[in-house]
Amino acid sequence: MTDKHQPPHGVKVQADVSKERKPKIVGFLCNWCSYAGADLCGVSRFQYPANIRLVRVMCSARVSPHLVLDLFEAGADGVLIGGCHLNDCHYMTGNFHTEKRVGLMKRLLREAGIEEARLRLEWISASEGEKFSKVVTEFTEEIRRLGTSRVLTDDMMKVRAASADNASETFRLKALIGKEFNLLNKGNAYGDKLDPEKLGRIIDTAVVDEFERALILELAGIRPMSVKQLGMVMDVPTDRILKHIVLLRQNSKIAMEHSEGFTPVYRTVATGDER
Amino acid sequence: MMAKKEVVGAVLVVGGGPAGMQAALDLAESGYKVYVLETTPSIGGTMAQLDKTFPTNDCSMCILSPKLVATGRHENITLITNAELKKVEGEVGRFSVTVTKHQRFINEDKCTCCGICAEHCPIEGANSFERDLAPAKAIYVPFPQAVPLVYTIDKGLCIGCGICEKFCEANAIEYDMDSEIDETMEVGAIVLAPGYQVFDASKKSAYGHGVYANVVSNIEFERMLSASGPTEGHVIRPSDGDVPKSIAFIQCVGSRDAQTPNSYCSSYCCMAALKQAVIAKEHLPGLETTMFFMDTRAFGKEFEEYLQRAESEYGVRVFRNNRISGVQQNKETHDLSLSFIDAADISEETFDMVVLSAGAEPPEMSHKLAEILKIKTNKFGFCETDELSPVDSSLPGIFVCGAFSGPKDIPDSIAQASGAAGKVAALLSDQRGKLVTKKEYPEEMDLSNQEPRLGVFVCHCGINIGSVVNVPEVMEYASKLPGVVYAETNTYTCSQDTQKKIKEMIKEHNLNRVVVASCTPRTHEPLFQNTVREAGLNKYLFEMANIRDQCSWVHRLEPEAATEKAKDLVRMAVAKASRLEALQQPKIPVTPAALVIGGGLSGMTSALEIAKAGYEVHLIEKGKELGGHLRTIHSTLAGVDPRRTLAILRKEVLHNENITVHLGNTVEDVKGYIGNFESTLKDGEKIEHGAIVVATGAIEYEPTEYLYGKHPKVIRQTALGDMLSSGKFDAKSIVTIQCVGSRNDEHPNCSRICCSTAMTNALSIKKDYPDTEVYVLFRDIRTYGFSEENYNEAARLGVKFLRYDPSTPPKVQADGDDIEIHVDEQFIEQRIVLKPDYLVLNAAVHPNPDNKALAQLLKVPLNKEGFFLEAHMKLRPVDFPTDGIYLCGLAHSPRLIDESISQALAAAARVNTVLSKSSIEAEGVVSVVDEDKCSGCGTCVEVCPFSALRKNSDGVSEVIVAACKGCGCCGATCPEGAITMTHYTDQQLIAMARAALEEG
Repeated sequence: MTDKHQPPHGVKVQADVSKERKPKIVGFLCNWCSYAGADLCGVSRFQYPANIRLVRVMCSARVSPHLVLDLFEAGADGVLIGGCHLNDCHYMTGNFHTEKRVGLMKRLLREAGIEEARLRLEWISASEGEKFSKVVTEFTEEIRRLGTSRVLTDDMMKVRAASADNASETFRLKALIGKEFNLLNKGNAYGDKLDPEKLGRIIDTAVVDEFERALILELAGIRPMSVKQLGMVMDVPTDRILKHIVLLRQNSKIAMEHSEGFTPVYRTVATGDER
Repeated sequence: MMAKKEVVGAVLVVGGGPAGMQAALDLAESGYKVYVLETTPSIGGTMAQLDKTFPTNDCSMCILSPKLVATGRHENITLITNAELKKVEGEVGRFSVTVTKHQRFINEDKCTCCGICAEHCPIEGANSFERDLAPAKAIYVPFPQAVPLVYTIDKGLCIGCGICEKFCEANAIEYDMDSEIDETMEVGAIVLAPGYQVFDASKKSAYGHGVYANVVSNIEFERMLSASGPTEGHVIRPSDGDVPKSIAFIQCVGSRDAQTPNSYCSSYCCMAALKQAVIAKEHLPGLETTMFFMDTRAFGKEFEEYLQRAESEYGVRVFRNNRISGVQQNKETHDLSLSFIDAADISEETFDMVVLSAGAEPPEMSHKLAEILKIKTNKFGFCETDELSPVDSSLPGIFVCGAFSGPKDIPDSIAQASGAAGKVAALLSDQRGKLVTKKEYPEEMDLSNQEPRLGVFVCHCGINIGSVVNVPEVMEYASKLPGVVYAETNTYTCSQDTQKKIKEMIKEHNLNRVVVASCTPRTHEPLFQNTVREAGLNKYLFEMANIRDQCSWVHRLEPEAATEKAKDLVRMAVAKASRLEALQQPKIPVTPAALVIGGGLSGMTSALEIAKAGYEVHLIEKGKELGGHLRTIHSTLAGVDPRRTLAILRKEVLHNENITVHLGNTVEDVKGYIGNFESTLKDGEKIEHGAIVVATGAIEYEPTEYLYGKHPKVIRQTALGDMLSSGKFDAKSIVTIQCVGSRNDEHPNCSRICCSTAMTNALSIKKDYPDTEVYVLFRDIRTYGFSEENYNEAARLGVKFLRYDPSTPPKVQADGDDIEIHVDEQFIEQRIVLKPDYLVLNAAVHPNPDNKALAQLLKVPLNKEGFFLEAHMKLRPVDFPTDGIYLCGLAHSPRLIDESISQALAAAARVNTVLSKSSIEAEGVVSVVDEDKCSGCGTCVEVCPFSALRKNSDGVSEVIVAACKGCGCCGATCPEGAITMTHYTDQQLIAMARAALEEG
């Protein structure tokens, strides 16, 4: 794991100055159950640590991977997503999709080298005020134990976090995750329900692919890099890198900059479509 | 009859539980003024006390609370709480109603429900909401989500110490109010929904309730299970606070009990107790739960599967054929022992706790209500109704719904409530819209090209926020945030004078966005949105920071951290508010016509009620004739031949000028959405309509077992009915087998009606042919409600009931022209051989095989079995998730005639809520598709549960704003990032969330 976090050449590592920083935790809560549970927690005066900041959304299914991964990229120490219990969703099936999306977010955090435990999904009903306080207390403790996010102090981590965010926005991952619940539970175009393990493996592969491609684009966007350099920085076999580069070139996302001897170096094509 | 002009377009609803609220909302949405009269200080009824609901284990408060808020806020509903009915004069069309309001001694306009008063009140007394598991103060709200959310002084408890007045910063306490005042109102109709009360379990003294600490009633146990209840969801023994290792549930306490006046079945307790056992096991893994049933009455939609899961997955022990005689307590340990029947033996066991499933009784006020209204009650004190007119009381213009007309569960109560609303809407159709008000707002200011100019109002909430959070510091901080041009603090931002101030400041400082930092948007956002609208701002240019419920109240010991957090929350709200945009709520026109699919009892009833309310109806029937299954039914449970009623109904339908009947026709295509459907029939006719009712019925199972179709003496119950009604019955003995084609692997659920039908047939035989022997081979007798009386009567007349175990079903063999039935009686453990003249199979109700195609056409769901699946099994029994489409009758699930009629009327009422409006105002918070970005992949269409997205002729997705609920699931899903969720855009949410990470 440690190799993955070596900074690329030319990227400075800042000194760790923010050990004392209080944990920054953001919670996305659905209006109908978990936000109501957080309110009841207040009405009942259950206390919890004052580190969390809550954002209300109508349904937990509104919380796209981008919203969460952007926060990790911006240095959040922890993100909590709260929804109605399964089958209790005010919008019928929303939280089933939330569950799948959180699965994607966790996979991408793993790829980025950010502890999965920094993201927590909890089902909290409107009557579970005490549960809300327990969840936040436990989660805050967990985040304290994990310490301050390294994204703010380690530029390579920031690059990886940005790559996870970008990967989450690719058509391939969004389409797979968007359809995951229905493919498993309602059936596919042939009327068959997919085997969860099989679909899981397909998504796992897609996550690794898309994350690596996003990371290549991030790194080669900072400065032109060769396949070998990318392989070293990313700790990924060079043949894999090359396959990604071939595909990225086909899609006009990356272009050869020049050759250093027999070694071509690549630069990410600026799209002007930064989200 | 009086002249039409005297009719009043207003309705009194007595009772504010789920049924009362549903009737009120349906009527208010259909253009009538509604008064809801509630005896307690808050609406909500018994459901507010429940923890979870069967069969979905939904959190009760989660689903109830939006309904409470909707009722409380509706501009055409006036709540009269803490009040009772005093006098009613007049008649249908114009009643003069006098109610007595018991004062709260609180000025309702001033009380902010901050709770400081109760915190300091030194008096503790009985707590009816918590069933005395926790004390209540003399100044109280019954539960945190109460509506209206104001405190009440319990005059019986209050000693007048004056402390609360000293602490109330809102000056809301007024000790000198008169203790009660009378109010009079004119209404055209009355809907009775006063609910029921739970049988006082201590009256069955052998069980020791109120004497043995560890014997609790079902409703007490429910409070114990509730996370917001007195024990915060922990199941504990009242005697010593220990966690119980074993709990026994005793059923039928105060129901099906000749020792009490309550010989009827309370209908819901079997399922409620099963749910409690399951939830208790979820709370306490390893807990032993044992249930003692007389019969397991899991007769509703998907109930039997719940029972099976409780047994097989959760390991709940189930004993049948048990009426427990009594409970003994060990004085030392407070453990409880009881003896019970286990197969043919008697066993004894000891338990840590006992839960008594206390039944339902008429509400305390039943007698008084009957006296004031001069309506008839049945011998038990429930409101009397007829099976063929299940929402009518004995007096015209007075309707009934919910448990007051007989014990029933929540969805049946809701359906009946909507049904009553349907009847009222038809009755008062001339007066629709006459008494309702529509608030007028000034024209919205044009803000295009204006930079954000924010005003921030920070609330002290008395001392609720101010005693923890440094409010002036937060205000000071807010005033320096980018875009903020004005900030102030308020003692109570929600008070009348502050509302006025906000409007003035909007004008004075040209504010174009407003942020209020106070309590929760869930209760207060609409109030402030209304205020900014009155000042000419679009209501979506408002944002709240919750610095009370989610800050000062939960960080009481950390004032500095709380102040920092409050600043952060305000900064986040300001970040979002600066990016808010005015949103329009488009008005979508409605075609005032309905399409009813299915011409059976349900379809005809629904069509007729919609037509009577004044709308055009197209009734589509596949067959050549109207009538459905009712044509083959010769006797209702009460022994009345329904075919005369059917003939009248058919005639009314055929002659109603608003109804077009399409016989021998089917629906081939449906396009559109709520208010704007276009359907094509098989004959090519195109119909435009605003709503759809699905009433396609079900089919009778054609048995393959027990020699049916192979031996002439094996017949179905419908054939028996034919014989009885035509006088061709000549048998000296008959045997009936129950549960044929139901409660098996293929069709796991109960068909609900067969036990009641078996009793009707048995009684009819015993009446006309007293010497004929009748045997009923059953698994559980499920004659719920008053139908239990028929069961008792059948037993009294000598009908013999033999219980078989599904693992050893009866064996039927032919012996030439004769048949022989071998049955292993489960509890006497003996084989009995019967040779009847007829074997009658009580065949199951199976889903209509046409359902699948229709479900695809309408894009609505079916359940596993193939019945249509409603939007919510508890609170939306006749709605589909897709707005504008409703269902009723056997298409929903097996049900009795009166239940089908209730649902059919309910579907009509729901249709009325759509058709009564010339246009529907869509929500402003909806999804928007960027057609240039959309690739037409269809993922959004798949994830939307409301069919609010569709592919348009260009092959890209488009949002049907009328159907969109604004959840945002499609936006988070869209692989192209082509969908924006207004009011919760990526840009707004990211700005808000990122603001949380900034250093203050």
